[in-house]
Amino acid sequence: MKRKTLRLYLLVISLALLGIATALVLNAFNRELVFFFSPSDIAAERPAAGRMIRLGGLVEVDSLSKLEDGATVSFRVTDLSSSLDVAFRGVLPDLFREGQGVVVQGAFNESGRFVATEVLAKHDENYLPPEVAKALKASGRWQEGAATMGTDGSEP
Amino acid sequence: MIVEIGHFALVLALVLAVAQATLPLIGAQRGIRPWMALAKPAAIGQFCFLALSFAALVHAFVVSDFSVAVVYMHSHSATPLIYKIAAAWGQHEGSLLLWVVILAFFGALVAIFGDNLPPRLKARTLSVQAMIGVAFILFTLFTSNPFARLSPAPFEGEELNPLLQDPGLAFHPPMLYIGYVGFSMAFSFAVAALIEGKVDAAWARWVRPWTLLSWTCLTGGIALGARWAYYELGWGGWWFWDPVENASFMPWLMGTALLHSAIVVEKRDALKAWTLLLSILTFGFSLLGTFLVRSGVITSVHAFAQDPARGVFILGILVLALGGALALFAWRAPTLKAGGMFAPVSRESALMLNNLLIGTLTFTVLLGTLLPLLFDVMDSGDVSVGPPYYKWTFIPISLPLIALAAIGPLLGWKRGNIRQAMRSLWGAGALAAAGFVIALWIDWGREMLAGFGIALGLWLLIGTLVEWAERVRLFRAPPLESWRRIRHLPRAAYGMSLAHAGLAIAIIGITASSAWKMEEIRQMRPGESMTIGSFSYRLESVSGVRGPNYIAEQAHFAVSKDGVPYTDLYPERRQYMVQPMPTTEAAIESHIFGDLYAVIGEGDGKGAWTVRIYEEPLVPWIWTGSILMVLGGIVSISDRRYRVGAPNRQPAALPAKA
Repeated sequence: MKRKTLRLYLLVISLALLGIATALVLNAFNRELVFFFSPSDIAAERPAAGRMIRLGGLVEVDSLSKLEDGATVSFRVTDLSSSLDVAFRGVLPDLFREGQGVVVQGAFNESGRFVATEVLAKHDENYLPPEVAKALKASGRWQEGAATMGTDGSEP
Repeated sequence: MIVEIGHFALVLALVLAVAQATLPLIGAQRGIRPWMALAKPAAIGQFCFLALSFAALVHAFVVSDFSVAVVYMHSHSATPLIYKIAAAWGQHEGSLLLWVVILAFFGALVAIFGDNLPPRLKARTLSVQAMIGVAFILFTLFTSNPFARLSPAPFEGEELNPLLQDPGLAFHPPMLYIGYVGFSMAFSFAVAALIEGKVDAAWARWVRPWTLLSWTCLTGGIALGARWAYYELGWGGWWFWDPVENASFMPWLMGTALLHSAIVVEKRDALKAWTLLLSILTFGFSLLGTFLVRSGVITSVHAFAQDPARGVFILGILVLALGGALALFAWRAPTLKAGGMFAPVSRESALMLNNLLIGTLTFTVLLGTLLPLLFDVMDSGDVSVGPPYYKWTFIPISLPLIALAAIGPLLGWKRGNIRQAMRSLWGAGALAAAGFVIALWIDWGREMLAGFGIALGLWLLIGTLVEWAERVRLFRAPPLESWRRIRHLPRAAYGMSLAHAGLAIAIIGITASSAWKMEEIRQMRPGESMTIGSFSYRLESVSGVRGPNYIAEQAHFAVSKDGVPYTDLYPERRQYMVQPMPTTEAAIESHIFGDLYAVIGEGDGKGAWTVRIYEEPLVPWIWTGSILMVLGGIVSISDRRYRVGAPNRQPAALPAKA
C-alpha cells in the first residue's frame, strides 16, 4: 500500500461523504425549511396546506377564546393591517398575552384553518421577537418605543 | 473598594498576559532561556490576578452591592445565596470574566504540571495561550466591563432571571466553559508545534489529557443543560437544536474527533497534520460558539443582549485566531515528517473514518445553525431550521458512525482483519436485529429511524462489551488469567469502554424518547382523572405555596398503575416577586423505563386548570449514558500514561499493544 493510494482512498471517501451530506442537507432544506410570514404576507399569498411555516405578529386584543374541549385555544395574530385566526391545542407559554408579540409555528390544514403546533415562548416581558418587529415595520405600524427590542439576558 | 481591586487585578492580569504572549515566544526563537522561563510565573500570576478579580465580582454579588451595574441588573437581596453566586456568571459580563479565568486556569495548569515538557514547546504554548488571553481580557475591559458602577446606587436589584434559579443550571456554565475554553490548550499546543515544526507521539501524549479534561467537562455541561431544559422549561423535551445548543455541540463533536485522532498520533505517529488541523478547528468552533451566543446575531432563548460592538470584536478575534493559525498550518504542515503507514482496513483507518464522519456531522449542524443568518444577510426572507432538518441530515450520517464505533476497536493497528472482527460481533448483530424488529413492531409504519436507533444502540453496547471480553480473554483463558488481565488493562481502555457504552445507552434513550413520547393536554378539575400509557393521573387538589422569593400554585396528582397507587406528583407554577414572569416546575418521577412528567398550566379562574402529562420513555437512560461518558473521560485521564510527572516507561514511538 503506497502513500499515494492511501491519499486517493481518503480523497474519494471525503468527497463521497461531502456529496451525501450536501444531498441530505439540500433535501432537508427543501422539505423542512420554515419560512416566516406576517399576516399581510399570508393575505397576499397563502402557503400550501401542510407546509410548516412561522407566523408572527401581535395577539389581537379580545380575540383569545377557548373551545369547548377546554384545551384548544383560538386567537388572532395581527400585524395591524391584516390578521389571521390561529388554533392551538396545548398550554400557552407563561408569557402569552393579548396585545403582545408572538411567534407561532404551524401549517394550514385542508379546510384552510391555521393550526399551530407550537407557540414560541418568550422569556422576558420586554422581548419582542425581531421577526415580529420587522413585520410590524413592514406593515407601517411600528412605533419606536412601543415595544423594546432585545433578547433577555439569560443562560450563556 | 473591593470592586475596584477586582477591576485593577483584571488590568494587571492583562499586563502579565501581554508579557507572557511576547517574551517567551521571542525567547524560544532566539534561545534566550530566562525569557522562556518567564512563561511559568507569568501564567501563574495571570491566573491569580484573574481569580482575584472574579472573586471580587462574586463578593459584590454575595453582599448585594447594587452600585455595581451587573449586580443591580441580575441580583436581588432576597435571592437565595447560591443563586446570588450563580448570578455572577448568569449574565454576559460576569460569564465572560469566568471565560477568561478558565482560559488562564488552563495556562496555569500547564505551567505548573508541564515541567516535563521541552522548554521551547512549553514557552511557545504558554505564549499562544496568553495571546488568546490578551484578546479576551481586552474584550472584557472595553466592551463588557463587569465592574462598571452605577451612581447613584439603586436600593434594590432586578433579580436573576427566574428560569436560571435552579441548582443544575448554577453549575452548567462553569462546566461548559471548562469544556470549550479548555480546547484552547489543544489549540495553543498545535500552534506551538507548528512554529516548532515537530509533532511526535510525545506531543500527542501532552495534548491528550487536556483535551480529555475539556471533553469530559463539556459532555457534563451539555448534559446538565439538556437536563435543565427538560425539567425547567416544562415542554417535555431536552434538546431543541437551538442555535446556542448547537454552539456548544459543535465543539463537542470536533473535540470528540480530536480525541480519537490524537490516539493515532500517539500510538502510530500517523495523521499528524490532520490532528493539528483538528486542534485548531475545535477551538475555532469554541470561538464561533462564543460569537453566536454573545453577538446577538441569532435569536434564541439563551442569547445574551444584543450589542453590535461585541459581535464585531469577537468576530475580529475569531478571524485573527483562526486565520492566523490556519495560515501557519498551510505554511508549516507540509514540512512535518510523514508518519507511519497503514492498510485500508486497520484501526487507523477506522479512526480516520470516524473523524471524517464526525466532520461531516459538524458540517450539517453548522449549515443548519448559520443558514438563517445567511438568509437574513442576503435579505431573502426569515427562515428557521428546526428539529426535522437535523432528523434528515444529522441522524442518517450518525448511523454509520455508531456502527463503526463497535467495529473499530476490534481491528488491529496497521492491518486489521474485518472478518475476524465481524465474527466476534455476531452476538451483537443478532441482538441488534432483534431490537430492530421489536422497535418496528412497537411503532409499525410510523418511524423507520427508531428501529435503526435502537438496533445501533444495542449493537454498540454489546460490541463494546465483546471488545472488553476479548481483551481480557473472558471464558477463553483460565479465570485467574482473565482476572489478571482485568486488573492490568490500561485505564484508557476502560475509559473507552465506559464512554462507548455510555454513548450506546444514551442513543437508545434518545431514540426511544424521540419516537415514543406520549403527550396529553387537557383541562382538569380537582377530582377528575386521565390515563396515559399504563398510568392513571388523578388531580387531587391545587393549592398555593410560598417559596423564599416566589409564590406558586401547586397541584397534587395521585398516580396509580392498574388501580394500585404508584406515586404522587406535585408540579408547580411559580410567580417570582421581582420579575413578573411565571415559570413552570415540572414534576418528574423516574423509573427504569421512563419518566412520568406532569405540568400544571394556567387556571381558568373557575376551578379548572390546563394540565399536561407526558409519558417519557427511557429518558433516564440519556442521563445514565451521559454520566457513563463523563466517567469514561475521568477514568481515561487517570491513565498512568498521562499522569503528569510520571516517567515515560515506554519509548515514545513504540506502538503499544493496548
